[in-house]
Amino acid sequence: MFEAIAFYTFSILVIGMFGVVVFSKNALYAMSALAGGMIFISGFFFLLNADFLGVVQIIVYTGAVMALYAFGMMFFDSAKDVKENIKYKKIIYTLSVLSAIFTIFILMAPIYSVKIEAIYPTMENIGNIQMIGLILFTKYLVPFELAAIMLLVAMIAGIVLVKVKMEETPTNIEVARGEK
Amino acid sequence: MIETALIIETVVKAVVVLSVVAGMGAFATFIERKVLAFMQRRLGPMYVGPYGLLQLAADGIKLFTKEDIIPQNTIKPIFIIAPVIAASSAFVAVAAVPYFPEFTVFGYTVHPIVSDINVGLLFVMGAASVGMYGPLLAGLSSANKWSLLGGARAVIQLLSFEVVSGLSILAPIMMMGTLSLIDMNDYQIGGVANWLIWKQPLAFVLFAIAGFAETNRTPFDLIEFEAEIVSGYATEYSGMRWGLFFIGEYANMITISVLVSIIFLGGYNDMWFIPGALAMLIKVSLWIFLFLWVRAAWPHIRPDQLMWLCWKVLMPLSLLNVLITGIVLV
Repeated sequence: MFEAIAFYTFSILVIGMFGVVVFSKNALYAMSALAGGMIFISGFFFLLNADFLGVVQIIVYTGAVMALYAFGMMFFDSAKDVKENIKYKKIIYTLSVLSAIFTIFILMAPIYSVKIEAIYPTMENIGNIQMIGLILFTKYLVPFELAAIMLLVAMIAGIVLVKVKMEETPTNIEVARGEK
Repeated sequence: MIETALIIETVVKAVVVLSVVAGMGAFATFIERKVLAFMQRRLGPMYVGPYGLLQLAADGIKLFTKEDIIPQNTIKPIFIIAPVIAASSAFVAVAAVPYFPEFTVFGYTVHPIVSDINVGLLFVMGAASVGMYGPLLAGLSSANKWSLLGGARAVIQLLSFEVVSGLSILAPIMMMGTLSLIDMNDYQIGGVANWLIWKQPLAFVLFAIAGFAETNRTPFDLIEFEAEIVSGYATEYSGMRWGLFFIGEYANMITISVLVSIIFLGGYNDMWFIPGALAMLIKVSLWIFLFLWVRAAWPHIRPDQLMWLCWKVLMPLSLLNVLITGIVLV
């Protein structure tokens, strides 16, 4: 019974939050709702006994949405509504609703027809974290390492992009102006 | 039937932990004023009650009865919810922290932890870092430039210390092979010689520094630094909403103290002749005192100095620590 209550509470919260993200015109509302929705999703992981993934969801998205706030702070005045310029409202709404239904259909059809079973069912005597480790370093080793390399490439690219201005720290600027 | 008992037990534990941590947090404000006063050769609060002890009650009455002002042009729902996020996430973090060894009351064994989840340490750190949304949202919704600066500083602070605290704690996790705080405590059974601090001194120092940044304590309290940005994110807040931020901050202080004690300082295991529960209390008190001592003794640092420290000094050090630990373990 508690599982059902928790599931429906979290479902309503998550859908409501992401609804606010889409429909709100205020950047601050949208970002806060996004952060809230992302954190509420972790509730589903906890309900499925995937503690580790749930906590990782919280930690990763706290940091990620926080970085999004930093950009929001630079680009928008959070006290004012963003002016949206939508010309063809009907077409946009129809297309988005249709594509959402289509996606749900694609994802649900195999679950409904074949009754999917887990390829790697959970083992009783091993903990959650150990199981993730086993899977990551055996079956999914190559994708895991590839993801690591891609992140490294992205990081180096980011550093190279900002490196041009890196020497101009506040103190150096003062030195260049002859103030020190 | 068992389910009902479990629910009652959990609710009782939650209420007890909540009220004790909130009470300890409030008491810590009094201790802070006294300790700072003695370090600066003052007396501190003296008039209300013996040694100013009732100052606590007076402050409480003041906070609760003060007018709750919501200034014009603020974004009201977010302005209202920001302090609640700060306080509640601090208390959520407390749920997965074990405080004392288990004991028996009337033949019923009590585990002094609200929820013993398998990934306790990560949960506590995650919930505590969600707490940074409080200052951030407060800063963004206040329609005040000082608040906005405070919010911006909250972002850089989170992005800086999160990396250090995560990486520094990785080496102890590799040694102990668990994320459960109870298992970490049991790893160090058998006296002071078995404490993890002797095996991981660098990780201890790094985690302590990151803890100071996480709780916005003095060397890193740049999101509310009076001399630069008035009162930072809390500039527009008054009364109980302002109080909630500070209850959250002190609850976080207690959580960090308990975490450091459990991971590095032997937790609630018996220490020589001192029983475990008392040892835990002593360690936590010493840590709180350290927080206050540092506040009295250290100057603030600038935001760019914080980023420099976290990204260029502490992060390479913690990576090095992880590397060396890995080599030794293999």
